[in-house]
Amino acid sequence: MEYVNPLTGFRVDGRRPNEMRQLKGEVGVVARADGSALFEMGNTRVIAAVYGPREVQNKGQQVNSKDALVRCEYRMADFSTGDRRRKPKGDRRSTEISLVIRQTMEASILTHLMPRSQIDIFVQVLQADGGTRAACINAATLALADAGIPMRDIVTSCSADLNYIEDSAGGPDVTVGFLTKMDKVTLLQMDAKLPMDTFETVMDLAIEGCKAIANYIREVLLENTKRLECQRDH
Amino acid sequence: MLQSKTFVKKTRAGRVQKVVREHYLRDDISCGAASCSTCGAVEHPLSADAAAILVVDTNVVLHQIDLLENPAIDDIVLLSVVLDEVKNKNLAVFNRIKALCSNKARRFFVFTNEHHRDTYVKEMVGESPNDRNDRAIRVATRWYQSHLGENVKVLLITNDRDNKRKAIEEGINAETVESYVRSLAQPGLLDLVVVSTSGDVTMEDVEDLRPSKKKHKPMSEITAGLRCGIYHQGKLRVNRYNPFEAYVGSESIGDEIVIHGRSNMNRAFDGDIVAVELLPQDQWHESKSFIADDDEDDEEDVHLAPNSADDAPRKANPTQSTAASSADSVSSRPVGRVVGIIKRNWNSYCGSLEPMPMPAGSGGVAHALFVSKDRRIPKIRIQTRQLGNLLDKRIIVAVDSWDVLSRYPSGHYVVLIENDINTRPFSTQVLACLPPLPWTLSPEDLANPNRQDLRHVRVFSVDPPGCRDIDDALHCTPLPNGNFEVGVHIADVTNFVHPGTPLDEEASQRGTSVYLVGQRIDMLPKPLTEDVCSLRADVERLAFSVIWEMTPHADIISTRYTKSVIKSCAAMSYVEAQARMDDSRLVDPLTVDLRNLNSLAKIMRHRRCERGALTLASAEVKFEIDSETHDPLDIGIYQIREANQMIEEFMLAANISVAEKILKHFPLCSLLRRHPSPTKEMLEPLLRTASSVGLNLDVSSSKALAESLDNAKNDDPYFNKLIRILATRCMTQAVYFCSGDLTFSEYYHYGLAASLYTHFTSPIRRYADVIVHRLLAAALEIAKLPPLFQDGPQLTGVADNLNYRHRNAQMASRASVELHTLIYFRTRPMDTEARIVKIKANGFIVFVPKFGIEGPIYLTPKGDKGGDWVVDEVHQRVTKPGTNVSYAVLQTVMIHMEKR
Repeated sequence: MEYVNPLTGFRVDGRRPNEMRQLKGEVGVVARADGSALFEMGNTRVIAAVYGPREVQNKGQQVNSKDALVRCEYRMADFSTGDRRRKPKGDRRSTEISLVIRQTMEASILTHLMPRSQIDIFVQVLQADGGTRAACINAATLALADAGIPMRDIVTSCSADLNYIEDSAGGPDVTVGFLTKMDKVTLLQMDAKLPMDTFETVMDLAIEGCKAIANYIREVLLENTKRLECQRDH
Repeated sequence: MLQSKTFVKKTRAGRVQKVVREHYLRDDISCGAASCSTCGAVEHPLSADAAAILVVDTNVVLHQIDLLENPAIDDIVLLSVVLDEVKNKNLAVFNRIKALCSNKARRFFVFTNEHHRDTYVKEMVGESPNDRNDRAIRVATRWYQSHLGENVKVLLITNDRDNKRKAIEEGINAETVESYVRSLAQPGLLDLVVVSTSGDVTMEDVEDLRPSKKKHKPMSEITAGLRCGIYHQGKLRVNRYNPFEAYVGSESIGDEIVIHGRSNMNRAFDGDIVAVELLPQDQWHESKSFIADDDEDDEEDVHLAPNSADDAPRKANPTQSTAASSADSVSSRPVGRVVGIIKRNWNSYCGSLEPMPMPAGSGGVAHALFVSKDRRIPKIRIQTRQLGNLLDKRIIVAVDSWDVLSRYPSGHYVVLIENDINTRPFSTQVLACLPPLPWTLSPEDLANPNRQDLRHVRVFSVDPPGCRDIDDALHCTPLPNGNFEVGVHIADVTNFVHPGTPLDEEASQRGTSVYLVGQRIDMLPKPLTEDVCSLRADVERLAFSVIWEMTPHADIISTRYTKSVIKSCAAMSYVEAQARMDDSRLVDPLTVDLRNLNSLAKIMRHRRCERGALTLASAEVKFEIDSETHDPLDIGIYQIREANQMIEEFMLAANISVAEKILKHFPLCSLLRRHPSPTKEMLEPLLRTASSVGLNLDVSSSKALAESLDNAKNDDPYFNKLIRILATRCMTQAVYFCSGDLTFSEYYHYGLAASLYTHFTSPIRRYADVIVHRLLAAALEIAKLPPLFQDGPQLTGVADNLNYRHRNAQMASRASVELHTLIYFRTRPMDTEARIVKIKANGFIVFVPKFGIEGPIYLTPKGDKGGDWVVDEVHQRVTKPGTNVSYAVLQTVMIHMEKR
């Protein structure tokens, strides 16, 4: 299958080869949570809620008392894919993605500032259309920022970039998590075989994407802060 | 710039599912016209001074593709909606239009109307997808007109009356194909226009009144009939030698259904998927005796295609001969009638027009009958305005339709071929990929650390006389420890043919060079084949070498592979090399090398035969061609010398070594060659012939077969060769494949008794070898593996194409030999000795060893069912009862040959 139509230079959905999907981010969508965000990348739509820092509920889980405990739960809504099917909690895939998100976020949160406390991140996929992992990480970042949790940097993620039809056609899928200001990669996942030099270009493309997303997230946060400032003045 | 829009679509993947896809609308899509100043695109294929810019609709592309391919038609805008529809409806046409769009010489532009902000249309409630697409085409046309302004005329070409009317109502210029082409005032073009059939039917009625054809059943009825078992589905295969008989292999009955006569075939073409209704059983019998007769016809031209298992009816010979001998036995073969066509296999066909007088009112439209070269294809009626041009020429015709009332299908002519074979010259894009000529060895090549300098080594080549494309050379140096260093050097074609270039694509398409009598159709342009790559004597050439260290007992101690620079010291012919070896007075180093190689080759050959390699035989014929008239002057069997076998042995060894190396490095994407073991049924004719002369062949393995072939000797010197020729005909064809597609045990090469085999030694004339060279270079880490190899299905596709081209090339050379043999005997009737190879009910097939040709001998006048003669199946003998005249298989007869 051709990802890019050689006659027109466009992908099937009308984007150029290196264009990103349309982004949309919104904070404060779950009133009860300490921080929450809705993040969209094209048709993929993810909601994230953050609770904490709060007291560790189950002391047994605490590894060391000097750092905050970060927990993450990833779930796909039953209605998130075309065929509605009950998804079991704790299946292999969601356990793996939970772990991936937790590790990525842990790398950015300044956990040593919040000893003996825990931070819970809940990520729910409302609509899945490829690149859910990346969308989840972006949503989590936005929610953490909304909750006012101290972070080293904004961690963003971008999969070089295949929407759902392309993904299921078996093309290469590279997901990269990236600390934009520190120029550090915190996550790198790939599910296909790729020649080394092609990989480099795909990786560069993904990092470019991460930077663009980081800019967008900053904009969203800035706007949100301005709004809050406005509200305080009145 | 980005606007997102999602739309909803229902697809049926087993069940109904709602699919939501992102659909981006944009404002940065250029219109592709040179006269447009607003888009600011870099490339604009549509010329500024075009009389009109044409927007075509889907049906125009689907039906008038031959017209669009004509260079007189240009400045075409293809909308993406049209391309998508064409792709869904007919992939072959889509590929052709795609090629047109990417051809820089043509002014075709693809406009992504579905993603343009101003031309995207949403489906309206109650609107069918067809109507929506038509509307999208009109909207895009109108946008073009308003975008380009009044100076440029934008014309919508559509044959859809309704669409045209709506377009004109909306203020768009619209015309039908015919009226547009007429306005161009080029009469030749009008022939390419596919005319709708409505007008012709009346004329056809006058021409012949044979209402034998029945209307095809509607599709719904066919599917229902198939489901409840009234009809049977299968691919129709027309008997190659009797176009009035066809077979449909049906899975539902597990047997082949025979179809007699054009009326029962009911307008089906060879290769169509058809639905068949069985005739009542009492009609089977009557047709049966008719078959026996036709089977004779079938076998009559058997030498035209000895191995075409695909076309020959899959029938066991016993049934056929019992039917012939006892014509009143009840047949078991079902007979049927075509009721409908599920999938057409209409193609373009090559042939010529039936000779006819020029019609009185010339200049107008003439109707002519086209006769295909392929006898399985019925005559096709075409309309032309240039009859005089086309008569007595080879042309290609495409089929358009076959009306119930007409006797012949109607079509239109596509291309005129001046010669018998279309030998397209290489395009300028391909030629641009050649290295600058004259080519010489550059210092960079010598400095390349991956390329070993072997110019000091005494390398030489041995080839057929007059060979100009030398792709292999050898060397053999004695080592101090008593061993030999033996090298096979193959022309380094991949140094000049880089993956992804037009040159590479063209070569990949051609797949192989085709050798005809006195002519060669090259896979690569001549400068490469005959000069730059050819390992000629006394010039420095680039090579890819396999170098072994061998003991005097031909055991390989080590193998290495390297790119190299060589300088051949002699380009010998087989005869020359043989003469040198045989002349005991010669003791010069070159001759000593040859003798060493020969003794090694003999051991290797012996060992290979021990393993069970088959020595098969075929009767290859050699012609002496008159340089003026191209008529054959002399004909003889190609003689095989020891020198040939010596070269062959080392080429085999090199191929096997390379196969091992590439498979070790790339277990999933190596291109190898395998030769499947023949099945019991395939060997059946051989066994029957052999047992009739009291010979017992053991076919349990290739080794057993090889041994029993070796033992097949009697006082007749030619007997063994004849049996080998018959054995060769029973074999399957060796094929290329991608190693990832099969398991290791399937890699086996039966004929060579090698567990691994590939083609490495002739990259100048075979594309497979080019691929293998690339694999080997990647295995040695001196080059990167081209992306093709990461795509399994694509590699399989390449392998399939190579197999197809290879087979075609063989058929073409065989046909060429055939033709020249006929020309030769046209003027030289003669008596000669022949051998009977097959017994039939009313005659037998003879093989003429001297000329390697085969033909039928009738014992009865044609049409007679052979009643006087009795076939003895066990002894393969035909006898006339009451006399002692009989003919047995493998018997020698004297025959007289002349042109009929």
